[in-house]
Amino acid sequence: MSGLIEISGLTKAYNKSSIAVNNINLVLPRGRIIGLLGPNGSGKTTLIKMLNGLLTPTQGSIRINGQPVGVETKARVAYLPDRTYLSGGRKIYEILDYFCDFYADFSRERALGMLQNLGISPQARLSTLSKGTREKVQLILVMSRNADLYVLDEPIAGVDPAARDYILRTIINNYNPEATVLISTHLIGDIEQVLDEVIFMRYGCLVLYTSVDNIREQHGKSVDAYFREVFAC
Amino acid sequence: MAWNLEDGRPIYAQLVERLQVRIVSGRYGPGKRLPSVRELAAEASVNPNTMQKAFAELEKSGLILTQRTNGRTVTEDEALIQRSRQRLAEGYRKDYFAGMKELGYSEDEAAAMLYNRRGGMENERTD
Repeated sequence: MSGLIEISGLTKAYNKSSIAVNNINLVLPRGRIIGLLGPNGSGKTTLIKMLNGLLTPTQGSIRINGQPVGVETKARVAYLPDRTYLSGGRKIYEILDYFCDFYADFSRERALGMLQNLGISPQARLSTLSKGTREKVQLILVMSRNADLYVLDEPIAGVDPAARDYILRTIINNYNPEATVLISTHLIGDIEQVLDEVIFMRYGCLVLYTSVDNIREQHGKSVDAYFREVFAC
Repeated sequence: MAWNLEDGRPIYAQLVERLQVRIVSGRYGPGKRLPSVRELAAEASVNPNTMQKAFAELEKSGLILTQRTNGRTVTEDEALIQRSRQRLAEGYRKDYFAGMKELGYSEDEAAAMLYNRRGGMENERTD
């Protein structure tokens, strides 16, 4: 069986001296929750942007569901960017309308349910919410789609620990054997037990792709501790 | 609340132990139906595939059975459950003696302290 994501020879060079992603080969299966880990500037966000068609590879290719990145794959990929793209002047229910129009796989009921669980009123205007609450709203929008691939760029960095637990539970409860969740984060310890597998990146290169329990078995330490060892400054 | 798991050991192995404890303690009684993988994964706050792997281990050991019509159930073989209980108890016993050894107690002293809680403490308070 072929993977959900097939990446081959993928390279992104912003200019001659700045190679953000360097010749990555990777096949990611369905039904996994995968951590994309690496120090600052290791190429995580560049890789994610290429998965979403926001950047064009300098070399190599990406296939999602067997198709090159494009209109068809975007319809099946739910993406949480590392910064907001929603205009602050809109009310949440207006944004829900917008997502319903935009994405055939968006579930308004699921979004309203999660907003209620986190005590966020759909009448609220985005600009009146705190930074953490805005982040929660964005994550809810992304997780309310019924996608094949969820790509979450730093989804928990700005939210409080209780909301973090809720978000992780949401990811677990949304688990679907046909879909894969790719999460980029620095807060490894917080999400480690939710992950199947981890990808380590450094200087744009793939360092490691293995399961969480493999790391624990082979090295007798958590992924968090192992990461600190591998990337010690 | 999420299950409190240790850092240095594989997650699935720790899930296997937690589930064994629930079975030998009777929380999941012989022949009783188990919660689904998804429910337990959510309760423990772990990846569903990891919980699935723990279930597979318990199936291999015979402690749980998968029935096509009735989901997963605990075995009705009480002797098997008893053996599992003894193995867990043996593990706790070893941990106890290993911990006491680190504190500098001989095995005899450590064993004696299990029966006489005050014995060792008084010696240390004499000065």
